[in-house]
Amino acid sequence: MAIAAFITKRLIQGVFTVWFIATATFFAMHNVPGDPLLNERAMTEAIRANVEAKYGLDKPLGTQYLIYLSNLTRGDFGISFTQENRQVNDIIREHFPVSAILGVLAVLFAAVGGILWGALTALYRNRIPDYLIMFFVILGISVPSFVIAALGQLVIVNMNSALGITLFPVAGWGTLGHMLVPSMVLGLGTMAYLTRLMRSSMLEIVSSDYVRTAKAKGLPPARIFAKHQLRNAILPVITVLGPAIAAITTGGFVVELVFAIPGLGRYFVQAVQQLDYTVIMGTTVFYGAFLVFMVIFVDVLYGLIDPRVRMS
Amino acid sequence: MAESDQISTDDSYASEAGRQLAFYAVFAILLLGIVIYGLSFVVKLTGGGASGKAVDFENNSITISVAYDPPQLDSMRATDASSFLVLAHVLEGLISNDEDNNLAPGVAERWEIREDGAIFWLRDDAMWSDGKSVTAHDFEFAWKRVVDPKTASEYAFLLFPVRNAEAITEGQMPVSSLGVTAVSDRELRVEFERPTPYFEKLVAFVTYFPAREDFVNSTDGRYASSADTMLYNGPYTVDEWVLGASMRWSKNPYYWNDNKGFLDEINVAYITTDVNAKLNLFKDGQITDTALSASMLPEAMERRWQIDRLMDGTVFFMEFNHRDGRLTNNRNFRRALQLAQDPAELVYKVLKEAAYVPADSLFPSWVRGAEDFLHNEYPPHRSETDIALAREHLELARDELGLTEFPPIVILTGDSSMGLLTAEYYQELYKRNLGLEIRIDAQIFKQRLAKMTSGDFDIVMAGWGPDYDDALTFGDLFSSWNLNNRGRYSSSEMDAQVRIAQAELDPVKRAAAFGEIQRLVHDDVVIIPMYERGVAFVVDPQLVGFRRRSVGPEVDYNYVQLTPLRKP
Amino acid sequence: MPNGHAYDFSPLRRTEISQSQSRPSLSYWQDAWIRLKANTRALISLYLLIGLLIFTLFGPLLWNIDPAAQDLDQISRPPGEDRRALIVPEYSPWTGSASDLEVGSGQGLRLIGEATTQSIRLGWDPTDTVTGYRVYRNIYPIGQERAYGIPRAEFFDSRIVNFEDRLDLKEGIYYFTVVPMKGKEQLLDLTETLAVEVKRVTTVREANQKGLIGLTEELGVGDFIDLAFHPLGTDYLGRDMLARLMAGARVSLFIGIGAPLFFVTFGILFGATAGFLGGKTDQVMMRFADFIVALPFLLFMILFKIAFGIGPGESGIGPMLVALVVLMWPATARLVRGQILQIREQGYISASQLLGGKTLYLILRHMLPNTLGVVLVTLTFAIPSAIFTEAFLSFIGMGVAPPTPSWGSMSNEGIKTMLTTPHELIFPAVLISVTVLAFNLLGDGLRDALDARMRNQE
Repeated sequence: MAIAAFITKRLIQGVFTVWFIATATFFAMHNVPGDPLLNERAMTEAIRANVEAKYGLDKPLGTQYLIYLSNLTRGDFGISFTQENRQVNDIIREHFPVSAILGVLAVLFAAVGGILWGALTALYRNRIPDYLIMFFVILGISVPSFVIAALGQLVIVNMNSALGITLFPVAGWGTLGHMLVPSMVLGLGTMAYLTRLMRSSMLEIVSSDYVRTAKAKGLPPARIFAKHQLRNAILPVITVLGPAIAAITTGGFVVELVFAIPGLGRYFVQAVQQLDYTVIMGTTVFYGAFLVFMVIFVDVLYGLIDPRVRMS
Repeated sequence: MAESDQISTDDSYASEAGRQLAFYAVFAILLLGIVIYGLSFVVKLTGGGASGKAVDFENNSITISVAYDPPQLDSMRATDASSFLVLAHVLEGLISNDEDNNLAPGVAERWEIREDGAIFWLRDDAMWSDGKSVTAHDFEFAWKRVVDPKTASEYAFLLFPVRNAEAITEGQMPVSSLGVTAVSDRELRVEFERPTPYFEKLVAFVTYFPAREDFVNSTDGRYASSADTMLYNGPYTVDEWVLGASMRWSKNPYYWNDNKGFLDEINVAYITTDVNAKLNLFKDGQITDTALSASMLPEAMERRWQIDRLMDGTVFFMEFNHRDGRLTNNRNFRRALQLAQDPAELVYKVLKEAAYVPADSLFPSWVRGAEDFLHNEYPPHRSETDIALAREHLELARDELGLTEFPPIVILTGDSSMGLLTAEYYQELYKRNLGLEIRIDAQIFKQRLAKMTSGDFDIVMAGWGPDYDDALTFGDLFSSWNLNNRGRYSSSEMDAQVRIAQAELDPVKRAAAFGEIQRLVHDDVVIIPMYERGVAFVVDPQLVGFRRRSVGPEVDYNYVQLTPLRKP
Repeated sequence: MPNGHAYDFSPLRRTEISQSQSRPSLSYWQDAWIRLKANTRALISLYLLIGLLIFTLFGPLLWNIDPAAQDLDQISRPPGEDRRALIVPEYSPWTGSASDLEVGSGQGLRLIGEATTQSIRLGWDPTDTVTGYRVYRNIYPIGQERAYGIPRAEFFDSRIVNFEDRLDLKEGIYYFTVVPMKGKEQLLDLTETLAVEVKRVTTVREANQKGLIGLTEELGVGDFIDLAFHPLGTDYLGRDMLARLMAGARVSLFIGIGAPLFFVTFGILFGATAGFLGGKTDQVMMRFADFIVALPFLLFMILFKIAFGIGPGESGIGPMLVALVVLMWPATARLVRGQILQIREQGYISASQLLGGKTLYLILRHMLPNTLGVVLVTLTFAIPSAIFTEAFLSFIGMGVAPPTPSWGSMSNEGIKTMLTTPHELIFPAVLISVTVLAFNLLGDGLRDALDARMRNQE
């Protein structure tokens, strides 16, 4: 079957891409100046040698690479350098779900918000709702995320103290309340982008021939809107959703830092600052794979939704 | 839509379509709500801990926040403050620190420090969290494991006063030859490599904490990597540990001391380095205490908080590179830099932190000498700014070095905002006062360490915090053999004084040696002290017995009790 | 009329305009420009951006202040604050000698000398029975809550009865409280509070150093002087905000415009080559582009930034630029390739080929100009994302190295003092927002203007 062949081909390509990513990261990282084993307190030569042996850093780089690859094929990312008793696999398993939940929610907010606002602004083009929403959209696009995150937190604190109850938790993770504000902040930029996209694609369609025909045939507006305009306008939004999911899930550092959320992004930044080789490798390869397969998934999905797209 | 001035075909389309859209919107929001509701169950599995209240009288528990997740809780290998903080609540060594920072009996009931060794007599009622007794063998095992090359413990050097420890870490002697023996379950004998008058202070440190052999062996190399692969003998036990997210400590029912561990539960619900987030959590009544940085003080005053402060123990200084061929190897050059600056200006005008104190000495103000504070017994040379004199020394240096023009000086610093701020201040200061060009070399942690180790700097912004509560933890820093002497300062005079400080049993003579070290550091301009770091903080007034410490765990909840506020 | 005669045919009189042209013939670019001009938002954005460039390039000529110069008398000053200061003698250390403390002895907590932004000196009467004192400072009255404010000093000796405060003094009123201690217990009954009004001061040396005293002026101790003027206030090291914003603009705009220019150029070359050559080469080249796209962008950005390293005194703009270029070109390459593939099949290409056009001519004359519209739009949208990336890197502490300012690093510093001195955050954040916004709107306008399908509408 064509579809199966297409998926297989894409998957094989994906595996190769992941291998390339692993290789690139491995050598990029080992070329980073600095010494991952150093700590505040200096080590004697003897102790240092013991530590080096423990992590296999005493072997030549080529050997290390081969060992790494063979571990990778078994799905073993190794042991963290800074968190000595912790498997990188465990770290990913513990923290990725957090980032993923945050990301999924952010994408949902962005998609639902973007489609609704976009449709609304297109319907009321050049009138007050349009201007109002577009103003916020522009704000969402043009203010750096860390400023929005800090302001968001400030708003919660002041709101809570004004109300005298904890309506939304200020930071942390673990309940429904914890996820709402951070994911909204995280999804804001994407939502703004999607609103614009949705608006312009709605406008393009409203002046298209088939909508005109439908109007001429006297179809009820609600029906035209639902069957023709909205449905077709959503398609381009779905295409960008795939990359958006990946970008949001891998790009949540800022929100995770500001809201004290135990996600994988925070771990990565920490790991880079500590030159924690195995965690850096593990995170990058994992996210790389995630990204690659997400894109494949969306492509396949898109092919299924839109009959015009041929699987080639 | 408020406006309904004219009805065109487009408008009727818009309103009908709008109604359709509203219908979809309601549907989408409902769906979103269901998804969020579903996710909220998943979320509970990945986080947890946040109870929503800083102080909970009903359950006799508190909620706190820490900066980092402890990398591990293996007391024999831990090297970082976040691990020390947890370990100080869940384990106990032979000797511990009381509420007022004095040494107090821990697992050892009494002890005796002699010239050639020490004996500890252990109490009967000290128990592990599984109900078994803590014995001398547990200490023997733990100490031997620390020095075992296979363990690769980076803090093994703290055990070097114990006989053969250094040789064992180098693999030259068998682990069994370590000078520690459990004579019986209740008696531990230690032989010294050299006289160690401050040994009782060392023993209070985390690296000397006990571990039980059968348990450690049963964890298959993953000792203390999770809550259930660890045994506890401190006031609290780690009940639950969601890596990187939260921890819950509970009262240890087997703990012997009634004056510690009053709470039933301590929730470590938030792990964040973001001080603003911590402040917001405190304001919202979610955590019991938080540090206050300079920019937060006006708000703290406005909210009428009771602000407290404490030195956190660390001294920050500019360390020169004394290696041959370096400009900074020239004493006149260093003197010029010393005379051209004023730590008071740095602290009061640039850093503006309320709890920082300008430093004049390698030894912080809280370090004790023979009887009083060391600074009272041996007052440090107060820094004097004299730009004219500084320029004279700079000219002398120019002649001695045979230079016409000074090359740019490299200041190595970390990427923390404090480090950068300080470096930027000095860059401008030396340009203004001495006409020197300074280049800032800002590096991430490990790269900075690598450059410090290899000597790739002229000046490095460094700090030193105490490992144990004795002046020697600072005093031996610039001995020629100390690997932490990153500038490789080397002088026979200094080395001689350090040797006295290490082995002298008479406290007065020992204090004199520290006084002499302090003078040498100033006169030879080994470093330029900048400031002693402190922390201004605020604590929920319902907590009694909260402690911050200069040595040991920076925050100590062991003595915390809850008392309801009396209404005035 | 079946049979036509010559006379049947009279020459048609030339009317004035045989066929009126509905509008003048316009080239693609002229047309686009007209449409862009009609788009007010895009036009305003364009002027804004030109203004920003002028601000960056020529601003420093008008406001010629060293962005690194520190004015420690005016740290974190909001714009438009009073600058008047009294000239006082040079600061000299105070030991709290007996003669100083004698003045007013017996009156309890008292001010010794004048309270200035240089220092505040306090003395109080010793109390027997105590073991020491704690000194607090507040900017609000103590009130019933006994909120003493910031602890400034602890003395573990009842004989020490003086204290000098120099910490971050600003003009205004301070409330000092001395709490006698007995061991750990605060003796609240014996507590004394004193309100002190602080004057803003400077010294002759400081004023000279900043060039505040003219050559002919004779100013000395006791005179008033205006401190240096900072139109937008100062930052946390007393540096001029305006000068830093202009210097920061150079970094942010250099990264924001430079990086996209480089990677768009590279993307065009890469995409055009792949698209034109086609076949196996195209396949291989595009798979490579796919691989780069698949790298987790932010993670690799950080990795690259670290891997290239920054030497002492370097700002690290170079490595950041390289990292951005390395990671961001594939989008343009894909776009250009797609366009080239389309154009290659167009009639005019074949026509040109038949007329003897060489390959290079074909590419330069026909293919690239026709992709330019798309490329221009990509460029305007790439710029905001590059500016954001710089700001983001500054936020996690991996931006440009100090003292080089950038808008990103300035906002990140500003966020820490958001509540006390908001101007340090607002100015750079607004500049980032305005730039990003302007490029976005301009991009929108360009897309509308350059899109051929829009040509006949409206």
